[in-house]
Formats: sequence, C-alpha cells, structure tokens
Amino acid sequence: MQVLLLFSIFAISACGMVYELISSTLASYLLGDSITQFSTIIGVYLFAMGVGAYLCQHLQKNLTGIFVQVELLIGLVGGFSSTILFLLFEQVSSFRVLVYSLIGLVGCLVGLELPLLMRILKTHFEFKKLVSKVFTFDYVGALLGSLLFPLVLVPHLGLVRSSFLFGVMNVLVAIWALNLFKQSIPWVKPLKAQAFFYLLVLLFGFVYSDQITRFTEALSYPDRVIYSKSSPYQRIVLTQEGEDLRLFLNGNLQFSSRDEYRYHEALVHPGLSALQNPKRVLVLGGGDGLALREILKYRSVETIQLVDLDHRVVDLFSNQDSLKALNGDSFHNPKVHLAVADAFEWLKTNKDPFDFVVVDFPDPSNFSIGKLYSTTFFNLLHKNVKPEGAVVIQSTSPYVARKSFWCVAQTLDSVDFWTRPYHLYVPSFGEWGFVLASWKPLPLPEKFPEGLKFLNAVTLRNMVNFPPDMAMVKTGVNRLDNQVLVRYFENEWSKFLHY
Amino acid sequence: MRKKWLWFFILLFLGGGAFHLYQGSHQPIQGGIMGASSRAGHLLREGKFPPVEKTTHTEVVIVGGGISGLSAAWQLNRKGIHSFQILELEKQLGGNAQSGRNEVSAYPWGAHYVPLPGPAEVYVRQLFEELGVIQGYDKKGLPRYNELYLCSDPQERLYLNGTWQDGLLPQTGVTNEDRKQYKAFFTAMDYFRGAVGFDGKRAFCIPIDLSSQDPSFLKYDQISMAELLVQKGWTSPFLKWYVDYACKDDYGTHMEKVSAWAGIHYFASRIGRASNSAENSVLTWPEGNGWLVNRLVEKVGAYGRCNSLVYNVEKRDKEVWVDFYDLTTQKSERMICKAVIFSAPRFVASHVVKALRDHPPAYLPAFTYAPWMVANLTVDELQHSQGVAPAWDNVFFKSESLGYVTATHQNIERYPKTKTVLTYYYPLCEGEPTEERQKAIARSYKDWTDLILGDFKKVHPDIKEKLNELNVWIWGHGMIRPTVGFIWGKERKEVLKSTPPIFFAHSDMSGISIFEEAQYRGVKAADEVLKFLKSKGLKQSK
Repeated sequence: MQVLLLFSIFAISACGMVYELISSTLASYLLGDSITQFSTIIGVYLFAMGVGAYLCQHLQKNLTGIFVQVELLIGLVGGFSSTILFLLFEQVSSFRVLVYSLIGLVGCLVGLELPLLMRILKTHFEFKKLVSKVFTFDYVGALLGSLLFPLVLVPHLGLVRSSFLFGVMNVLVAIWALNLFKQSIPWVKPLKAQAFFYLLVLLFGFVYSDQITRFTEALSYPDRVIYSKSSPYQRIVLTQEGEDLRLFLNGNLQFSSRDEYRYHEALVHPGLSALQNPKRVLVLGGGDGLALREILKYRSVETIQLVDLDHRVVDLFSNQDSLKALNGDSFHNPKVHLAVADAFEWLKTNKDPFDFVVVDFPDPSNFSIGKLYSTTFFNLLHKNVKPEGAVVIQSTSPYVARKSFWCVAQTLDSVDFWTRPYHLYVPSFGEWGFVLASWKPLPLPEKFPEGLKFLNAVTLRNMVNFPPDMAMVKTGVNRLDNQVLVRYFENEWSKFLHY
Repeated sequence: MRKKWLWFFILLFLGGGAFHLYQGSHQPIQGGIMGASSRAGHLLREGKFPPVEKTTHTEVVIVGGGISGLSAAWQLNRKGIHSFQILELEKQLGGNAQSGRNEVSAYPWGAHYVPLPGPAEVYVRQLFEELGVIQGYDKKGLPRYNELYLCSDPQERLYLNGTWQDGLLPQTGVTNEDRKQYKAFFTAMDYFRGAVGFDGKRAFCIPIDLSSQDPSFLKYDQISMAELLVQKGWTSPFLKWYVDYACKDDYGTHMEKVSAWAGIHYFASRIGRASNSAENSVLTWPEGNGWLVNRLVEKVGAYGRCNSLVYNVEKRDKEVWVDFYDLTTQKSERMICKAVIFSAPRFVASHVVKALRDHPPAYLPAFTYAPWMVANLTVDELQHSQGVAPAWDNVFFKSESLGYVTATHQNIERYPKTKTVLTYYYPLCEGEPTEERQKAIARSYKDWTDLILGDFKKVHPDIKEKLNELNVWIWGHGMIRPTVGFIWGKERKEVLKSTPPIFFAHSDMSGISIFEEAQYRGVKAADEVLKFLKSKGLKQSK
C-alpha cells in the first residue's frame, strides 16, 4: 500500500507539471511572446500552490474525502483546461485573466494535495521518512512530466488530448484512493458515482478530441457563424453581426457587406468604363456574384462568363436570400453563364477572347495559388483578351505587401501588357490594390454608370497616385520555376500579422 | 451487480474509443512488386528456345526500346529510313524511363528529369524543339522553354533536424567550418565547369566523349570521389553527405566507389541556360522522362514490337539474323536485316550477340550495373510537417533512400488537394551489385513496404493512414556504374569501336546512365547505320 501511495504522489506531481506546461504553451500559441507567457504562468502556478498549501491548515475533518474530492476536481479542471482555453480565446475580452484564473485554480488545488496527503499518511510513516519520501516522488514526478510533455505528449497526442489523458490519471488516483480508504470516508457511494462520471466525461473528451478541436475552430470567428462548410478546396464561413455580413475562406476575410461596394466598384469600373462598348466579360473567381452585380450595370454587356473552382460558394450566393439581396440576384440574370472549373484549364480551352476580364483570386499565399499570378498564367490571359480589351487583377495590399503588389504589376509588364496599378482604402481590409492590364494604353474614364457609392472621376484620379510608402519598387518576375511572389508575400504579411 | 454493469460500459466505451483511434492502421496495403522481366531475361542464360517458325525481312533491327533504341529510331525515321523494327523484351517501350499512370496521376518508374541541355547537346535540343519543349530563342540565342515543363518552385527540400529546409545542402546545425568547405567545394566545381583542356575542349562535357583528353583532368578518373574529398581536405560531414547523396542520385553508387571524374562531372558538366529560367533548372513532367518516352513512341512506336526476347544476333555474309522469342505466342521468329542497332546493355549483348557469346570479351567484367528499387506510393494529402512547403524533390538527411518526388508537383490546375503519387528512390548500393541484386530478389513485398514505410515514418508519421497503394519496382541492372578508372579506361574504349553491321548504342558505353548520353548513343549509332547502308550502296527502301 505504501508503494502505491507513493506512486500516486508521483502521478499527481507529473499531472500538475503537465497542466502547467499545457497552459504555458497554449498561452504562447494564442498570445505570442513565449518567454513572458511561460514565466508568468509558472509564477502564478507556484504562487497558487502556496495559497493552496496555506489553506490546507483550515481543513480539519474528513481529510481523505477532501483529498479524493480535490483529485477529482483537478482531473476535471485540468483535463478540460486546454479545451476551455481554445474555446474561450475569441469569446472573452481578456484572455489573460481567464488563463491566470484557470491556472490559479489548478495550482491552488495541486497545492492542497501534498499537505493533505502528508497528513493522511502521517500515521503510516515516521515523519522524517515521510517528508523525504513525499518530496522525492514529487520531484521525480515533475521530471517525468516535463520530459513527457515535449517528447511524447505534444508530438503524438497534441495539447487537447494530453490534458484529457492527465485528467483521467488524476481521476484514477481518486478512484484508487476511494477504494483504499473506503472505511474512513463517509458518502463513498456518491463520491464513487461522481468519480466514474468524471472519468467517462474525460474519456469522451480524450477519444473525441479531434472533433472538439474542429468545433473550437468554428467558434474562433468574432461574429455569429451563420454558415460553415468545408469544400474540397477551402473552408467557407459566413458570419453576421447586426447588418454586417462577412464571408471567410480558410479564415481569411473575403468581404464585409458594409464596405464591399468600395472593393467591387474599384475592381470593375476603372477598367470596364474605359472600354468602348464592351460586350463579352469574363470573371475568374468571384463566386460571391458581387463583381457580377457591378458588371451588370453596363447595358452594352451581352454575356458574362463566371468561372469559379468551388461550386459551394456559387450555390450559396445564388440561393440564400440575404446573399442574393447583396449581389442583386446576379446569378439568375440571363446574361450570366456559370462554369465550375479550374481557371487555367478553362482558359486553355476557351476560343473566344473577351472584352474585359476580372481576375479576383485569393491572395498568393501558397505555391498553388501563386501559379495563378505567374507569367504562364498571364500569357494565357493575354490570349484570352481582345486587343482593345482589358484585364483587372486583384493584387493584395500595396501598403502591407508592397513588393508583392508591384511584383504582380511587373510580371504583367513582362508578358507585354500595358499596366495601370491603382489602390483604394477598404475599411475592413485596409489599403488594397488592383492592376489594370491591356494590350494598348487605356484612358482614365470620366463617366461611370449611375448610382455608384464610391467611384467617380475625382476618386479615380486619386487612386492612381501612389504615395511614397506604397510607391513602385523594382521586383523580380513571378514564374512557375521561381515563385518569387509567394516568397515576397509570405515575408511581408508575416511581419504584419502576429499570430 | 450495478457495479459490474458500470465496468461493462466503461470497457465498452474504452474499446470503442480505442477502435475509433486505431481503425485503419492495420489494414493490409494495396499493391505488389513489379519490375523488369528478370525471369524472361534468365531464359536467355538457359538458351533453350523453340526453332524459328517464321522469317521476315527488314532493313534495320533495333534491339531494345529504351531511350537509346527509341532515339536511334527517331533519327532513322527523320533521315528517311522507314524499314526498321524495334524489338523490346518488356510489355512497353521506354527502358528505365518507363512510367505508369493511375486515376490520381501519371508517375515515373525510373528516370524523372533532364537538366537544361548545353550547347553541345545538339540532339537533345533538336528533340526538344520538335516536341515544343523549346519554344524559340531570344536575341542572345538562349532557348525559351515551355514554362509548364520547367520544374516549378519549390524544387528541393531536405528533412534535417526535425524540420524541412529549402534546398538540399544542409543549413541547420552547420558550423562556420562546414560553410567554408561548402564554399571551397562549389568554387572548385565552378572552376571545373569553366575549365578547358589543352585540346580546347571542355574538361567535363555532355556528351562525355566530347570532353577534353587533357591528362590533368583525366587523372581524376583514377581516384574515387571520396578520395578526392580527402585530398582536398573537405572533411565536413555535411558536405560529405551531400556529395555522397549526389553520387547515389546519378550513379546509384556510394562516393567511395565512384570515379572522382564522374563525381565532378555531376556538378561541373551542366551549363545549359534558358532565357526564361534560372540556371540549374531542370525539365520534368508528372511521369518523369516517361513523358519523353511517350512523345517518342508517338513518333516511332509503330515500329516497335514488345514482349520480344531477342536471343541470337548473328552475322551471315551480307546480312544479319536476329532471332527472337515472342513471349505472347511463345514462338520463335527471325528477322533478316542489313544492320542491327544493339541498344540493350552490354551484359545482355554478351548472351545474345553470337560473336560475343563465342568469344567472351575481356572488357565485360568492368561493366557493372547498380541495382535500384523504385516505389510509387499513392497517398492522401500528408499532414504538413515542420518547415518549408512540399517541394518537387523531397530528401531525407542520412537516409539510405534518396527521398521522393511528387508526381502532381507540375500540375497548374488547382485540383482538390486530396491525393498524390510519391515516387521513392532507393539505390541498392550498400554491398556489391551482384550481392545486392540477390538480396533484392529475395525480399518479399512486405519486406519492402516495411522498409519504405519505416523510412517515410520518420518524416511523415501519418504515412500509414494516408497510404492508398504502394507498388515496388526492382531494377536489377538499373544503371551503369562509373567506378574508379572506368570512364577513361581501356574497357570502355574497347566497346566504342565500330563493329558493322552490328552497331551498339547504350548509355553504358558512356559510363553514366543519363538521358542525354543514351540519346547521343542512339542517334550516333543511327548515323553510323545510315553511313554504312550508303557505303554498301544499298538503296533505302520504303
């Protein structure tokens, strides 16, 4: 029995160590600055253990029962700690307060454990042996925990599953103690029921932690999620807060209904208004139908071909009422033709060139999308636009990613396009840029369709001016075999975003 | 009683959970061992074939439909000779540049890239122009390549110290001394790349036979690549790994066995440039050099006859008899022709060509061939591991293997990223080729999958769950080995002598097994045949 008791100290201590490490790691994942997170969390944890030890003197009766109860609580709180932290990261205003209170609670309970156990065991051991044994096993357990954590737990189980596993261990210690001391504990049966219930809940968490992680991800959007689905290409999430409807693809904001008109007016009109009598328009990407809405403002336009890779986005925006209201139900306009296809593949087989092409792809954040901004793709685009026509390309933020933006423009230059870069401010995005490209130079249009909320001749004249902090820089040309754009983009955005 | 039920439920729950966690991890793996017909080849050694039942006539017979045979056919065809036949033992043409295809992608079974050809590689450039690989030339005369065939970025990455790094030269955990040696090594290789001998020729050229005969360079053929590193004081373990990797990659042989001349050639011979690509670029396709095979087959495949085991090539007066056994009809046939292009390796020739069979040549033992194992793994998208994004060529530091190439890397279309095919290369070079060949044949499918997945697992822990299918191909005689003294030794000189009316064409005559050399040998042999036919005053017939 003594060996088992001492083994339980060993387990308890390893568990405590692991909870502390899990919280520190999570806090540095979510808040950054790992040195600060680790130091403050370890500090708070040790301090809370002191508080627990201090409080222990006020406990007089039923020590074993309390010990079991404490074990159970540690198991439950510690086991769920990482899930709680993940779940609440976006929901609570001060995440730090949550982390510190949680780790404070666990620390306090762990602080109670050892003094309690020593008092329980004092009748079984001589005092000097007791102290020495308890602390030996405590420290060795801590070593085990701190070794297991980086070598086994994080790489093989992950944070969520690891905390559930250790929660289970705590509860097992409690169950074992219950069995051992059942003579000296009143209310054994309810305690036992409680213990088994906790065990089941924790095991459930352990087994289904993948699903839990996925669920927490859906919750990490600030607004109410009204739709979320994964397609083979991306994860589509729609959120709504009051009047504001937002679309996220793979967690990246695509538009906010409050200011998307700025983006889409700027995307379409500087190019389309510069053309004489445009008839055939092609939209690549843009499955939200918002660019279509702007293009449909031109009476001369006879057909609009939209090519999007992901039919899920298109389905959503052609069927949901609130979204149809946003894009003017453009998908049901008889001028609009839809193709669900890869842009590269579609362009390769297309025979009829277009007057105007809108290229609204996601930012070149990975090598597979980077290919859609390469000389190879732009050459293909060149073949698909009429000599008197034009192409417009969304080209990320010239403020955040200045080199990336100018790289798109210079890559277009390199395949014999005339280019006109321009930019505007979209509140939900920040400063954003586009590049207009054509076979021959185009005039700056003076007249636009009726009813635009943002664009007019004066705004456009401002848009083509680049202040010094966004002015042209010399960059490489983005080819399939060098993908310089993706490298610029990663570099520039990683400086801007702190995860 | 109640307690028992409780335990029952807990156990049920635990069992279900364990099943949920580990289901799928113990399913048997789909696939098997494929490979060049070593069994059919061994029929040759026994030499018992039924008597010839049918005789046909043609102008030229090409024995062997690998790159050299197909290139010989390509050359004959474009020079106006249309009366010829290619006889190939395997089920398909292509030799070790063969490829396969499944519902996920096309993939290589062997050779998988060609570096940008330099100006001396005249025939490679001509072929590339014909195939639209080269689309034109800029003002400086640099070729403009079809960008879809230039290897897309990121090209290479190395798994080292638990993370993927960009490029193959180790960068993490490397000391300043290592870096100094890297620099010295590449400076030396740059020097060799530009070096010209007393005869005005480049020291290290492709084709190899156009290289300088200056003894100050040929001397490197007398020592091994490992000895060269020792002589130069290049002791960095990282540099040694890198150079050894290069030797295994191109020659299927460790640097202790590879001639230093060949080792330098790997780094110093490529000078091809492009108007629209960086230096050191390579051309590749999902099916590797199988793409080139397929294009050649489109041009000359009609002359090919597969499943045909040639067992006798014999000169008779003014004609040559080519006797072969059709593996499908199981009957022997004879083709009578005026000239033969023998484009199978020399060790095969020693069993097939009567003159060599009757008088085994003294050079034969010098020709050794490296055995290889190549595996194709069809997988669901692997979990992203630490470091840079997946590249075309993915190498594991200090692995026996050379890592894998991704077949779908060259795709520009954004298909859903669900599945791909990874081609895994493993040179069997720990022991001597004969011994390794026997070991390889003795290994079961399970032995191979254990070995392959064990290697993968260190880098991709989820490989087992993501694996759909794994096929293994054993190349018993995958590549000629440029061992010390072989490239410029007397044995190779011996096989370069012209022996009409039987003309030889194989990369083993170059001492290194690369597309460019195989093609060069094939085209050269075809040219010799054309000259031979002309000198005999034999009119070309349609």
